[in-house]
Amino acid sequence: MSVSQQLQGIWPFPGGIKLDGKKSLSCQTVINHAELPRELEIPLSQHIGHPAEAVVKVGDSVKKGQLIGHAKGFVSAPVHASSSGIVTAIEERLVPHPSGLPALCVIIDTDGYDHWYDCTALIAKNDAEHNGLNALSAEQITGKVAEAGIVGLGGALYPSAAKLQTARKKDSDTLIINAAECEPYITCDDALMRNRPEEIILGILLIKKVVGAERCLIGIEDNKPEAWQALLDTIQGYQRASHEHDKQSIEIIQVPTRYPAGGEKQLIQVLTGREVPSQGLPMDIGIICHNITTAAAVYQAVYRGEPLVSRIVTITGGAIKKPQNMEVAIGTSIREVLDQAGWHKERVDKIIMGGPMMGFALPSIDVPVTKATNCILVSEPGELPTPPPAMPCIRCARCADSCPMSLLPQQMYWYAKARELEKVQDYNIFDCIECGCCSYSCPSNIPLVQYFRYAKNEIWDDERERNKANLARERHEFRQERLEKAKKAKQEAARLRKEKLAKKKAEDKKNAAAAKDGGSKSDNKPASSHADLIAEAIARSKAKKAQQQALKKNTENLTEAQQKQVNEANERRKKS
Amino acid sequence: MFVAQSSPFLKPALSVSKMMLVVTLALIPGIITSTWVFGFGVLVNIVLAIIFALGFEALMLYLRKRPIKVYLNDKSALLTAVLLGLALPPLAPWWLTLVGIFFAIVIAKHLYGGLGYNPFNPAMAAYAILLISFPAEMTTLWPSPSMLAGHESVNFLQTLNFQLFNQLPPSVTLDAISYATPLDVVRTSVINGLASISEIEETGKTFGMLGGLGTEWVNLAFLAGGLFLLKKGVIQWHIPLSLLATLGFFSLLFGSFELDSNPSPLFQLFSGATMLGAFFIATDPVTAATTPKGRIIYGAGIGLLIYIIRTWGGYPDAIAFSVLIMNMCVPMLDYYTQPRVYGHNDRDQQP
Repeated sequence: MSVSQQLQGIWPFPGGIKLDGKKSLSCQTVINHAELPRELEIPLSQHIGHPAEAVVKVGDSVKKGQLIGHAKGFVSAPVHASSSGIVTAIEERLVPHPSGLPALCVIIDTDGYDHWYDCTALIAKNDAEHNGLNALSAEQITGKVAEAGIVGLGGALYPSAAKLQTARKKDSDTLIINAAECEPYITCDDALMRNRPEEIILGILLIKKVVGAERCLIGIEDNKPEAWQALLDTIQGYQRASHEHDKQSIEIIQVPTRYPAGGEKQLIQVLTGREVPSQGLPMDIGIICHNITTAAAVYQAVYRGEPLVSRIVTITGGAIKKPQNMEVAIGTSIREVLDQAGWHKERVDKIIMGGPMMGFALPSIDVPVTKATNCILVSEPGELPTPPPAMPCIRCARCADSCPMSLLPQQMYWYAKARELEKVQDYNIFDCIECGCCSYSCPSNIPLVQYFRYAKNEIWDDERERNKANLARERHEFRQERLEKAKKAKQEAARLRKEKLAKKKAEDKKNAAAAKDGGSKSDNKPASSHADLIAEAIARSKAKKAQQQALKKNTENLTEAQQKQVNEANERRKKS
Repeated sequence: MFVAQSSPFLKPALSVSKMMLVVTLALIPGIITSTWVFGFGVLVNIVLAIIFALGFEALMLYLRKRPIKVYLNDKSALLTAVLLGLALPPLAPWWLTLVGIFFAIVIAKHLYGGLGYNPFNPAMAAYAILLISFPAEMTTLWPSPSMLAGHESVNFLQTLNFQLFNQLPPSVTLDAISYATPLDVVRTSVINGLASISEIEETGKTFGMLGGLGTEWVNLAFLAGGLFLLKKGVIQWHIPLSLLATLGFFSLLFGSFELDSNPSPLFQLFSGATMLGAFFIATDPVTAATTPKGRIIYGAGIGLLIYIIRTWGGYPDAIAFSVLIMNMCVPMLDYYTQPRVYGHNDRDQQP
């Protein structure tokens, strides 16, 4: 195993900003355990993709780690009970989302026993050093990851199993583990690395095996020397203990602390010098990126059989009495977590989930901790001041200088403001990662990122509208065509009829002439032509009926209930 | 009032107002040196310009129905005033400053939409207008520098009296206290073949150690202020460096052919308003190019134009015209020098 101890392979990314980390506030070695709340509120959608579907009913008793919502579709993840208790409701509740909209949650009244559901591990931990890892197949591991409801815990929340499967198919050669944690205030990854380096490394080995990557790079910002040392020692420990991992190199690389070094695209650039193509995925260049917390969750799923039912949350900010990292059961109300950490209620200014650069202000603190909750930042007045009203842009281009994607935020801003959406797209707005560097750097306090979010949404809206309009137009055209066809068919039938009639008349004339010629033969002819006419008329009406039936009836495809209604109406009609 | 705010929640300490203030403060060494070299007229110009500028700014904000206090506080008018005050000849009459500031603030700035919307540098637009409209006042009212041997000078009150009421003490004539600037001397003598560089040098009235007599000190002071701004990150290196490098390169290039009729590159760099222009005027964010490549071309363009106008043009100094001409090129420069966006090929750039 090759281990790099020095800075190496660093390709700096353009732009970025130096921020005051504020990490010492919450950074301690211990991870406290949050108390179990009376009630857990577990959202069924804690990931990107389809929400999970509840598999429990109100009144069911559940145990810790028991499945309560199963994944629906490839891009989805299951949800588990994070403690034992009784399901008291499945209803819409407020969840931590910037929209402030409610979403379906399973409410569990905890019984305090915290009994585990029967969780089976794939291998025991002490097996790992021997042959345990080799005995596992990639499918087994992916299956377990899917079962455990693991999602990208760095913030993307993309179901990890889906990502692993795709990466496996695409032959990724490099696995990058994101341990940069570049946002100020947040230290949950740092705490995890210091406390459970072994779990992380074992988790990484599992992911590496599934992906089939030749090398693995852990990127960590150089402001976390303790965490770096802990991981490095663990890697070296494994190197000494087992010879079979020799070829499975894990390198840990310290990257310069510069926001947003932890952005996926930026970290890839810093570690490999490669760029993810625009609108593409890291997999397109043979790279797969996972967060360090995700690796730990994979370890827990495979070695302990435990699904993702808790996570480490940083509770920090000027209004928190004892900033710290806590392991919190998913579904615990943020209010309870804050109460346990202690907070100066009278000094609260803003309550933010996530970091100060990319997090969002919580609409309420009566929302649950979810798989996405890495940090709760409670600021005191003056700590994260609301900026004064925006001034005119002075074209200083600090935004462009700080953009890690080399975009021109100023130009995008002018066009977004003028609602020239095509122009905004020409300036590559969809390459914007919304890191907030431009807004941060703007001396005029222009909320640039907000403008870009707005423009993106407008463009998506327009696209949806266009698609809708296209569909409506297609439908309309199809209908016109059908009507046209019916009309033509009618005309054709009329023409045929006319022809026939004309023929008949000609024949009649001929017959009449013949009758004049020979009177004796002409008696039965008119009679027969009369019968012919009647037969033709019947045939015509039949054809018309058939034609009408061929056209769609609204009585087709009725549901049972509707059919029943129709039948009843027919009965009534018969009676009357 | 509840302000809906989304991320990022962090804000840096730097604001437009602070930026303008830092730039103004960085001018102080230059102001002090100018005053030492050219007398109190420099200060009178600056003070008058500030008073006029704030007055016109407030008036225009009022007419345009903008919050006066907020916008006055952005200090952009203050900076424009100080820059124009420094650019004007130190014995300029008060009305010259007034006309200049009127044009800078009212026409070049507010009629185009105010801060951020003006395509031309207000101070330089005003300077150019004054130079064209009042060529005599703009070129002949430079007082002799204090280091010129045997020069006559006027004290503060006498200067004020001259600038406000056009009155000099009976024993003093204007010719006795003013001098032709080194750039002017070089242009009129050398270019027209009246005297060679070495002949001018012998008079001892034009050249200092580096550049023009007197102006070299002023330029050094502005250079110091500019380096401070660079260190503070208020301006970027691209424009000053490419401007000075281009100016130096061309004077070296042409100077090496005919040494006796071309002043040295150092003379070009340390005379006139070179350093003031490179660090404080060309870097005006509103009117400069914004992309890294664009900034380099923009600075180089100004440097080249300065050399051309100083050498073959009709005016002794050329900062104002060069900056204004390059201001016109900014939209095109910005458009054609867009940086390659992450994850894009060079080819698929081109909005």
